Amino acid sequence: MNNVLELRKGESLRITLDPVSRMDLIKYSGASLDFNPIHTIDDEAKKAGLPGIIAHGMWTMGNLSKLFTPYYERGFIQDYQIRFSGMVFLNDVITLKADLEDKTEEYLDFNVRALNQKEKEVIKGKVRFSIY
Amino acid sequence: MKEEINDMYKELIGKKSKKVKNTIERGLVKRFAESIGDLHPIYVDEEVGSNSRYGTNIAPPTFPRVLSSGAIEGLKLPNKGLIHGEQIYHYKRPLLVGEEIYSYSVIEDYYEKQGSNGLMGFLATKRYGEDAQGEIIFTEESITIITETVRKAMKV
Repeated sequence: MNNVLELRKGESLRITLDPVSRMDLIKYSGASLDFNPIHTIDDEAKKAGLPGIIAHGMWTMGNLSKLFTPYYERGFIQDYQIRFSGMVFLNDVITLKADLEDKTEEYLDFNVRALNQKEKEVIKGKVRFSIY
Repeated sequence: MKEEINDMYKELIGKKSKKVKNTIERGLVKRFAESIGDLHPIYVDEEVGSNSRYGTNIAPPTFPRVLSSGAIEGLKLPNKGLIHGEQIYHYKRPLLVGEEIYSYSVIEDYYEKQGSNGLMGFLATKRYGEDAQGEIIFTEESITIITETVRKAMKV
């Protein structure tokens, strides 16, 4: 897709990420200054009642926004709304999707979500891409 | 006790932090972009930035998590056990590398709902980012879920 503006209703942007690694989450902790240890240290995750460390919801939300990064000459993300609905564990394979829902002269509205390898939704929401 | 905690958060609705000046730093933007696997030239390559319609590099939309916006007086949150429920950004335009943004937070709302694990508290906060002229460039709303277990442990 060279030009996001050529997308038609029902068409999608999509990327599948490499399996989630501990280093991904260590890097995100450092870059975002969110050092909650349930994202990096197994014992702390277990103490919190989790089977293992989980990704920051904002890591997944941050990753999802890259579906739109190639198109900043055409427009920008004006609204980005996410509900965190599931957990992302180590080695999960996350697919990021944006389905074009509505299109006008001024904006593109997408339904966005991230799914794990079992097709379970882990985050879900909307993006309004405002067109210049 | 439940009521006291409820009241504590309810009383904070409308409270604001002080404005804090932040610079959208090139190094932080690069590190952030890398940490979400998005080292796109529009974020990190100076030449691509200056030739772009923005005249400089920009920051990813979820970058404001990194900014400081000052503490809200009286707000006590546990440092463990919180659940991030929702996150909502609104932008007038992307953030530009090198610009100064004045940021503050407001407690928007607090409400409770009965869930499968007891009574859940929902705390809604909103962060504003203004330019030097006081124009709002972005808002960032977060809904944080405070579970009953966590609130009991707080012993407020």
